[in-house]
Amino acid sequence: MLLTTVLLGACGRSGETQGNNTEAGGNAPTNITIKGSDTVLPLAQQEAEKYMQKNAGAYITIVGGGTGVGISAMQEGTTDLAMASRPLKTEEKLKLKGAAKDVKEALIAYDALSVVVHPSNKVNQLTREQLERIFTGKITNWKEVGGNDEKIVAYSRETSSGTYEFFKEHVLDKKNYAPGILMMPATGSIVQSVSQTTGAIGYIGLAYETKEVKALSVSYDQGKTFVAPSVEAAKNKSYPISRPLFLFYDNSVAGKIKPFLDYIMSAEGQKIVLETGYVPLG
Amino acid sequence: MQKYFHNLGEKIIVAILTISGTVTSLTVLLIVFFLFKEGLGIFSMSPVTEGTVIAVNNRNPVTSLSASQLKEISDQNITNWQEVGGLDAPIKIFRLDDITDYFTEDQLGADFEFMPQRINEVVVKDPHILAFFPDEYISKDFGGRQLQLANITVWDFLAGREWYPTISPAVRMGVLPLILGTLWVSFGAILIALPLGLATAIYMAEIASNRVRGILKPIIELLAGIPSVVFGFFGLVVIVPLIQDIFGLPVGETALAGSVILGIMALPTIISVSEDAMRTTPRAMKEASLALGASKWQTIYKVIIPYSISGISTAAILGIGRAIGETMAVLMVTGNASVIPDTFLEPVRTIPATIAAELGEAPQGGIHYKALFALGCILFLLTLIINVTVDLVSAKNKANR
Repeated sequence: MLLTTVLLGACGRSGETQGNNTEAGGNAPTNITIKGSDTVLPLAQQEAEKYMQKNAGAYITIVGGGTGVGISAMQEGTTDLAMASRPLKTEEKLKLKGAAKDVKEALIAYDALSVVVHPSNKVNQLTREQLERIFTGKITNWKEVGGNDEKIVAYSRETSSGTYEFFKEHVLDKKNYAPGILMMPATGSIVQSVSQTTGAIGYIGLAYETKEVKALSVSYDQGKTFVAPSVEAAKNKSYPISRPLFLFYDNSVAGKIKPFLDYIMSAEGQKIVLETGYVPLG
Repeated sequence: MQKYFHNLGEKIIVAILTISGTVTSLTVLLIVFFLFKEGLGIFSMSPVTEGTVIAVNNRNPVTSLSASQLKEISDQNITNWQEVGGLDAPIKIFRLDDITDYFTEDQLGADFEFMPQRINEVVVKDPHILAFFPDEYISKDFGGRQLQLANITVWDFLAGREWYPTISPAVRMGVLPLILGTLWVSFGAILIALPLGLATAIYMAEIASNRVRGILKPIIELLAGIPSVVFGFFGLVVIVPLIQDIFGLPVGETALAGSVILGIMALPTIISVSEDAMRTTPRAMKEASLALGASKWQTIYKVIIPYSISGISTAAILGIGRAIGETMAVLMVTGNASVIPDTFLEPVRTIPATIAAELGEAPQGGIHYKALFALGCILFLLTLIINVTVDLVSAKNKANR
């Protein structure tokens, strides 16, 4: 289900008349395979499509499957680049060392998670501790956090999602979700459900925010400062629920993938980051 | 000569038919065998995440922990060793990632070659530690005590109430909420679809004029052609808020929403199959009934329905089959919370939705993968039981006639 294979090589043909590429060896055919996080997938697809339009002879194959999948594929040498929505775990570093890989990381963008509620909800802000208690089932009524006397309906993604893991680690302090949490198959369903349920709370990627839901300000210092999610706040790191998006690669393929990485880091590549709904580095 | 070829041709056709029949039956048997082989594998597995060591200090009197105690400990609901039969001291959890709090990278070695030794030091030093780490980093002279967990039993699996298939260090595999969720939703669907479907079938077969029937039939067949994901989307956007408003619920994603959607999806099957069955009632039987002075409704009730009962049963089986196995629409509207529902107005998680949502992430051959196959076995057995029951019932009805 999670495997989306994109082979966009043919797209490059039409744009090739525009002349010489600046990158050395740009005309020599290069095949790059990319595998990993489903969060990074749409961004990598956009970047690859634009890159191949500019560079005839570059063929990029992208497969999803999750951060863990990408990293183990890199360890086995079946992919050049691994997409990841979190830094490497100590365990993974150890395994990669064991496989004699000299892994380099490239930070390509940030993603921020917004905590959203129904627009009619009185509550505008929550602390991390309150969010933890809501999603682990300790707080069940909005009046306990300053809202109306109404049952809290918490929505989460399914367990296969990297977002699910990220939220568990960074907001729930590695505790498990309560069994009564509603699990939705896609971020779009969370937006839809939160927008039509007055007692709802859920978490979504910043890019999915719409007018039908209200994003909450979040505090990670026991309520001293609350920060609303925005691209700016995620960029200057004042918004706490944000995560880096990486591409990992083994040093032995660095020469082959460098032009593509350079493209992502360029002003044009970072513009695509913003257009895809993520937070650019600059 | 011609006769010879004629016979040969016939023989070839017979051979092809025999082979394809055998191959199909064998394939079905192999699929079932594979399903059960993978699914039953779960009962010989430990709930501990593969390759994880769970260790305590040697002086700790606790010798065993259950998977549910481990979950409560990592959720920090149990924070004292006393609660699990140990000394009165707080539990200190140590995960591999925490090693950097104890030692610098230099002390771990450039290639982490000192890792086993360092973990050993941590476990030996703190009498109240509970350590989880990969088994490749256990040193040869490990000074702590490893805890072993009992394998998952059939009872744990079937009667367990907690479904946490991906947590570490030990998973919780209780499928009771999923089985009950599936039964609730399917039962509700058939409760909605069977009376409605039968009423429509009777109307179309006996009461409606040919013109009305000519319009209705294609409309109902159109309903059968709508992909289930479209039904799911319709359910999420229309049925879910409707149920929420009507019953004044905090949340609209409920078993009832799933039942309504599945009921609508099962309708075309039930209508067309039972209508066809009713239309096969011999004209002579109907006319005899009417000639004896029975009214139209009495004829339908006493002659047509009993005559076509096996067809109606088949319609019901096919309808239930669709409801029990349906995935996508249910995944979108029932909320998928793995709790045991008390009423139709609570979120439920069904077996097919669980398999669809989780199989993609489950590593092949792992405990999660096997648990999902075991769920598939349960689903298979459920439909088998329903089919056999309905077969028996309709056979009995035929015998009585």
